[in-house]
Amino acid sequence: MEWEPKIVAFLCNWCSYAGADLAGVSRIQYPPNIRVVRIPCSGRINPLFIMSAIKNGADGVLTSG
Amino acid sequence: MTKKPDKVGAVLVLGSGIAGIQASLDLAESGYYVYLVEKKPAIGGVMPMLDKTFPTNDCSMCILSPKLVECGRHLNIETMTNSELVDLKGDPGNFTATILKKARYVDPEKCTGCGSCAEACPVKVRDEFNQNLGLRKAIYKLYAQAYPNAYAIDPKRCLNLKKPDSCGKCVEACQANAIDHSMQNETVELNVGSVILAPGFDAFQPQELFYYGYGKLRNVLTSLEFERILSASGPFGGHLVRPSDKKEPRKIAWIQCVGSRNCRLEHGYCSSVCCMYAIKEAVIAKEHTPYELDTAVFFMDMRTYGKEFEKYYDRARYEHGVRFIRSRIYEVTEATDGSGNLNIRYANEDGSISTEEFDLVVLSIGLEPSGDMVELASKLGVDLNRFNFAEPPSLTGVGTNRPGIYVAGAFSGPRDIPETVMQASAAAADSSVILSGARGTLVKKKEYPPEKDVAGEIIRTGVFVCHCGINIGSVVRVPEVVEFARTLPGVVYADEKLYACSQDTAGQIKEAIEKYGLNRIVVASCSPRTHEPMFQETLKEAGLNPNLFEMANIRDQCSWVHQSEPEKATEKAKDLVKMAVYKAALLEPIQGISLGMNHDALVIGGGVSGMNAALNMADQGYQVYLVEKSDRLGGIANRIRFGMKGEDVQAYLADLTSRVKSNERIKVRTGAEIAEVHGFVGNFVTKLSTGEEIQHGVTIIATGGDEYKPKEYLYGQNDRVKTLLELESDLAEGRLAGARNIVFIQCVGSREPDRPYCSRICCTKSIKQALKIKEANPDANVFILYRDIRTYGFYEELYTEARRKGVIFIRYAVDNKPVVEAGGDKVKVTVTDHVLGVPVVIDADVVGLAAAIVPAENSQLSKFFKVPLNQEGFFLEAHLKLRPVDFGTDGVFMCGLAHGPKNLEENIAQAKAAVARACTVLAKESIAVEGKCAVVNKKKCAGCGVCESVCPAKAIAVDQAEKVAVVNEALCKGCGACSSSCRCGALNIKGCTNEQIMAMIGAI
Repeated sequence: MEWEPKIVAFLCNWCSYAGADLAGVSRIQYPPNIRVVRIPCSGRINPLFIMSAIKNGADGVLTSG
Repeated sequence: MTKKPDKVGAVLVLGSGIAGIQASLDLAESGYYVYLVEKKPAIGGVMPMLDKTFPTNDCSMCILSPKLVECGRHLNIETMTNSELVDLKGDPGNFTATILKKARYVDPEKCTGCGSCAEACPVKVRDEFNQNLGLRKAIYKLYAQAYPNAYAIDPKRCLNLKKPDSCGKCVEACQANAIDHSMQNETVELNVGSVILAPGFDAFQPQELFYYGYGKLRNVLTSLEFERILSASGPFGGHLVRPSDKKEPRKIAWIQCVGSRNCRLEHGYCSSVCCMYAIKEAVIAKEHTPYELDTAVFFMDMRTYGKEFEKYYDRARYEHGVRFIRSRIYEVTEATDGSGNLNIRYANEDGSISTEEFDLVVLSIGLEPSGDMVELASKLGVDLNRFNFAEPPSLTGVGTNRPGIYVAGAFSGPRDIPETVMQASAAAADSSVILSGARGTLVKKKEYPPEKDVAGEIIRTGVFVCHCGINIGSVVRVPEVVEFARTLPGVVYADEKLYACSQDTAGQIKEAIEKYGLNRIVVASCSPRTHEPMFQETLKEAGLNPNLFEMANIRDQCSWVHQSEPEKATEKAKDLVKMAVYKAALLEPIQGISLGMNHDALVIGGGVSGMNAALNMADQGYQVYLVEKSDRLGGIANRIRFGMKGEDVQAYLADLTSRVKSNERIKVRTGAEIAEVHGFVGNFVTKLSTGEEIQHGVTIIATGGDEYKPKEYLYGQNDRVKTLLELESDLAEGRLAGARNIVFIQCVGSREPDRPYCSRICCTKSIKQALKIKEANPDANVFILYRDIRTYGFYEELYTEARRKGVIFIRYAVDNKPVVEAGGDKVKVTVTDHVLGVPVVIDADVVGLAAAIVPAENSQLSKFFKVPLNQEGFFLEAHLKLRPVDFGTDGVFMCGLAHGPKNLEENIAQAKAAVARACTVLAKESIAVEGKCAVVNKKKCAGCGVCESVCPAKAIAVDQAEKVAVVNEALCKGCGACSSSCRCGALNIKGCTNEQIMAMIGAI
């Protein structure tokens, strides 16, 4: 398989995660490169998580809340 | 043996828009069983149709959906969709309601909402939810996020229901066997103690106003159609185009008051919400287009009278460049060049006529009661006003002429969402007053087996991967994911399920827990937002702590969004399962926390709002302390003589005061202020200036407001210049009998840079006083100098009446205000007439200044209770739209002028609403919290206080003696802001620990 980037997404349960669900319900198609980590609030995102994702080989990090 | 209560502890709520949902939640949380009856196949009402909401521009669906889910899932709310109330018998406290449950033809218990049936259905129907701008099928879900998340069959359009053998495609497509064309209508009888009518409104149909061309001209739309166009889940995916030719519009016009303020149509009322929604649509439309969009609003009076509305209007004008054109519309015609563009011909304020071309015209349609509700009201014996709204009797806020039946929302008169929510809570409070003896008698409570202790056990994870019929299985190779799961550390069992959410699977999960000794469960299926609580129930029933559960969302966020990439979707699903398994290995049981609670209430402020709150609460059986800083109860109402509908306010006040004073559950403390406040929800300790210490569980702030002392227009220098409240007593005492010329000046101190808000009630009040003057002396000349007349709702009738009776209205421009000069025994008022454009000089005997409403000095209380004030010094609620009486701080509520300018009727409703919200706290024996909160590692904590400064719930504070942060678990919402700000790594969040998140990241 061709190389594909992996993007770690930290999504707030109340807005962005719900938005990702809505994309599903609406069958909006997007590239399958995102791995979502559901968090209770965007305030939960410790800078350490972002560093750690990159250290673990993530090619990008998306935070949304 | 307990005596059978003669009151029934259940309430019928008719209509499931935001009003019905709020009333249901408040009642169910206060110990009543609720039947929520909705005629459509899903709850939600109009709010899901709206794109954004003013004045915060929140996404309507985003703020509503948590309430939909909470309501739908509540153990004590029975949602009855496709149902109608057909009859009601009995008395307050004990009614028998007859409900017609129409056949849905789909079993919502079995339906998974996957949509395969709709894909197979051959019948396309115009979609009413999308205002007929799109199509749906004969089997359909009302909207994407609907609750119940289940399809329904439109019996008028289904082929099978017309001719049974002609079609059965949906039945073939449904793998859950949820569809049954043989379902029949049913009639059920419900025993309830009270009824809340919240059926909402119908949108005005503008076809009969032929001059706007709606229905004939293809690019004339209604505002609701425009909402659907703007909505990302609407027919064009949120792409702003004209439905007729999909062209992106460059110029859009809004026409206000379509079907409102129109006596010829018997719609002589103002619909109250259209000015704000038109401004919002204009602003949002501009945000939608990558190009410069021109927007213009054609209006008569701009009625931005609500909290934070005036600032929204200012921003629309000055920051977004929305044009506002004060005008009367003659007609809308189509351009002759075939472009489909529209010409609006209109009269300007000075009488000149203009024409302007637009690509799209949006009609701001008004609100009207629905026809079938008018019929039902007559059957129920509920009186309607001349416009067929169920206008509450004076100074009740939410009552009807029939005891035990209450109204909320737009059925009681046109109103916006916050006021609807307030009324809904108020109706819940009034229901609760008559039913308080039966509180808690019909509510259900679930019992679970004792929890197994898993501490010290090795991790034994069970993984269940769902096919969701074909929804996951047709894209993701489920057996491969299961195989993969078996290789993951800690996994001792993995299996696939056709529907993980079905009843029989729940049984199988419980068996597997037993048989394989599972102590962590992972389900890979749909969204935890909708299904996590259901699976957690299964764990609880199996004796496992519900927090030993984790989900991988491989449907909504995988198979559904990568339909053409099965390979990559399968890889992604494996990753998601791996992440969940890694996190699950670190999950620990979380125990809920229970804290003791004091069930008394403190009400601060003894005005009409505070007294109503205290009385309602006492009538519900709670002990109330009512603290008033002055020596006398009544507040500003002591200076009001006439209500907006002519009520004798002093008589009302005398009665209210005596009821408060004679109520044995209310302890009145006048001449006392709040000196110190300690504690938190359920456990407040408040010290008064008198030295008395009060222990209470909740607090209602009702500190009221005052009339601004004008510095303008010779006030204080010339005794012929008075404020409206001063004029009110002159009028009542007959001291104005000799006055020939009376001038009112509006917006004195309001809508100014210092006070950029509208004081809401002054237009109506001035007109009311003008009418009183005319009544006593028809020959008196009364002038009202105004900027916009804001007689919203039914008050518009007073404006119409005043004009008929010869009150002269002259509009002044804010940059050319009236000039008031002393002139002998008269006052000379000069104002530039808006039609003639020339100065008019009036020799006035009396000048009445409509002075602003200003808040009390609230900064101390704001600090004591850790609740915010807005820029103007009024208290700021937790959410302007959906939590109008709550604060972010639990256990503290507000009502009345402390919240913002409002009239007596509205303050009374808000006072009751605050009580309803407070009672959701007090109805509990103790304070129970889920326990997913922050924990401090004392050894690491340096006591720096950063966590304290970032915590939005005020739930963490540094203990000065120990120099470490301490979490108040009763208040902590578990958001984690403290943890991510902690430089020492001393803070962690139970249920979402740093280690768990790191494990998930490490799994990728």
